[in-house]
Amino acid sequence: MASPIEQFQIRPVVPIEALGIDASLTNSGVLMLIAVTGIATFLTLTMRRRALVPGRWQSVAEVTYEFVAGMVRENVGLEGRKYFPFIFSLFMFVLFGNMLGMIPYSFTFTSHIIVTFTMAAVVFLGTTIIGFARHGLGFFSFFLPAGTPWFVAPILIPIEVISYFTRPISLSLRLFANMTAGHTLLKVFAGFVVTMGLAGFVPLVFVIALTGLEFLIAFLQAYVFAILSCIYLSDAIHLH
Amino acid sequence: MPQFDPTTFSPQIVWLIISFAILYWFMARIALPRISDVLDTRQERISGDLERAEELKSQAQALADAHDQAIAEARAQAQEVVREARARMGEEATRRQAEVSERLGSQIAEAEARILRGKEEALSNLRVVVAEVAQSAAERLVGEAPSDELVGGAVDAAMRERTS
Repeated sequence: MASPIEQFQIRPVVPIEALGIDASLTNSGVLMLIAVTGIATFLTLTMRRRALVPGRWQSVAEVTYEFVAGMVRENVGLEGRKYFPFIFSLFMFVLFGNMLGMIPYSFTFTSHIIVTFTMAAVVFLGTTIIGFARHGLGFFSFFLPAGTPWFVAPILIPIEVISYFTRPISLSLRLFANMTAGHTLLKVFAGFVVTMGLAGFVPLVFVIALTGLEFLIAFLQAYVFAILSCIYLSDAIHLH
Repeated sequence: MPQFDPTTFSPQIVWLIISFAILYWFMARIALPRISDVLDTRQERISGDLERAEELKSQAQALADAHDQAIAEARAQAQEVVREARARMGEEATRRQAEVSERLGSQIAEAEARILRGKEEALSNLRVVVAEVAQSAAERLVGEAPSDELVGGAVDAAMRERTS
């Protein structure tokens, strides 16, 4: 039987080599394109009629929009409007990546640390650049909040610096670990169903419950990824 | 774990950048403006409708106020008319009463005068008759008629004595 981590295997679909680097379209890349196509199709079809009184599907699209717009408004404020398309794309990309991974025999690109880390790095670099662009060298005051007594500064500054630089790591690890662990666990228990014969219904029930939980986690991790990006953005704009 | 195989890194990063760039472009340029357009239009429509409803409501309120005022005015006017009519009728009644009592008074006075005149007439007729009776009676008794003056004086004296 296949190992529980076999589902994370990257397989090239179209081998491409450009500028001396391997840029092959893999199963991971295919799922990314499917996610993008899915999001675009979803938002295009549901908003096709642009009805004043929304139908059921149009409501779904509008609720999604309002959900992310509210998240940005509450966490970043009015200055966040400019970055709303980015946060929205990020949320939808992770959400669709997680949800598409729930389809049997498909692939979960958010279970790959390099994917989540690249996204987290973009968020980290982006917010840092925004911070310096808005505040110049004043952005360094982020590491020493106003009103801090001078004698705690030697302790506080390293802590703040370390916590700032671990942000992309925690952000990417959280999503990667959640997706990897969840899918591995599902696969392990699904394996028990087969090997345990008649008693296999016990792990089967467990797998069913776990599948429900996985859907919840799929949504929740997309939400967490988006909201943490909002908070980092807010820090860059407002400095604590 | 396949996740930590560095040879898988570059193809995934490349396709992540490609697909996310496409997604971002599509969201920022097409999908999100479309949704926000619909939401804005709806918001405008709703606030416009609310405004119009507010306006219509105030108009209706104004009309109702005008109506109330008109009714109050009409009522006041009606009361005024009634009061006036009552006053006029009272006046008319007293005037007519005075007129009637005056006429009655004059009629009474006239009647009294007529009665008095009748009485006087009767009395003077009586005097003449009495005088004639007395004259003829005296003529029978004495065979000679006394003079008119004598009989008249006697009758007058007798009548004065009776009536007083």
